[in-house]
Amino acid sequence: MSGYWFALTVAIVVAVLLMVLLRQRRLREKYAATWLVLAVFVVVIGAFPDLVAWLARVVGVETPSNLLFAGALVILLGVCVHLSVEATTLEEETRTLAEELALLRADVDKLSSAASVPAAPAPVPPAAPEA
Amino acid sequence: MNPSHDLRVLVVLPAWNEAAAIAAVLEEVATTLPSMDVLVVNDGSTDSTSAVARATGHATVLDLPLNLGVGGAMRAGYKYALRQRYDVAVQLDADGQHDPAAVPRLLAALNDGDADLVIGARFAGTGTYVVAGPRRWAMRLLSSSLSRIVGTRLTDTTSGFKASGRRAIELFARDYPAEYLGDTVEALVIAARAGLNVTQVGVEMRERAAGTPSHNPFKAAVYLGRAVLALAVALTRPISRRGA
Repeated sequence: MSGYWFALTVAIVVAVLLMVLLRQRRLREKYAATWLVLAVFVVVIGAFPDLVAWLARVVGVETPSNLLFAGALVILLGVCVHLSVEATTLEEETRTLAEELALLRADVDKLSSAASVPAAPAPVPPAAPEA
Repeated sequence: MNPSHDLRVLVVLPAWNEAAAIAAVLEEVATTLPSMDVLVVNDGSTDSTSAVARATGHATVLDLPLNLGVGGAMRAGYKYALRQRYDVAVQLDADGQHDPAAVPRLLAALNDGDADLVIGARFAGTGTYVVAGPRRWAMRLLSSSLSRIVGTRLTDTTSGFKASGRRAIELFARDYPAEYLGDTVEALVIAARAGLNVTQVGVEMRERAAGTPSHNPFKAAVYLGRAVLALAVALTRPISRRGA
């Protein structure tokens, strides 16, 4: 019986943590949505374990917990792929910004030297990307 | 012989930590190709590449705030060429491997042959550049596949020595892969699929002016794998329509 309360508690803690992160703007809604839906799902299953047993019979899985594990793996894989896609998008956006920044800096250099402002010192070598 | 008579040509040198070589290369380009503008794309170097290049007074320097790789640096270069309305952009390595004296021949091929993209090829009968082992197999495989895709016989598809005409500049300013090998292999596929004419001209390849090349059997095998992956991805990629 203690296992039941333990699982339920973990699910609720995760859901609360997500809400806190969201409210602090440390987590964007588009990422949190997945986790929140999952957390609610886990809470429901935790509260009514018979649901899983029923679902396992319907799908044809012998041990209900295996259905849960398999499902969890697939969902986590999906989330990881989604995050990789997001990271790729971000890299492309960073790349475009870097290009625009470099082009702008070249324009500014040209303008300021054309305006015969006392020659600006050569720009400091670009700093290492921030972590 | 002056095929570049009324063309505005930009020589683009992507440079990453090339402080040791770049001054000599820029001097040579300025002497050999006095009529052309030169752009150094400093690809987030951690050494004094940018300052050294500026100090020569022969080049405009584009400082990328972070390291994007050759492909990333070149897209920035193509964007610059597009916005400054250049007719031709010539890519030249900043380490001195490419002989600037060959540039007029690339330009001639661009004009005469009705081509949009001309590759300076190392294995086209000129020069003595030799590659052995898996790296050679990879290059062979790439060459034969890409020749079929492009519709012209290409012998050196991983050459970074290229002259791009207006259509190629427009295309590459928008779509130029930053992936490994993307700047050579995939760029050719992108050009071919966009209907650009690609040809090659034999060039001589020289020793690097500074630094050491990174060749060993393991790396060569990895190179083969990545080359095949790059080709497969490039060929199956949906053709980009944005901003067309």
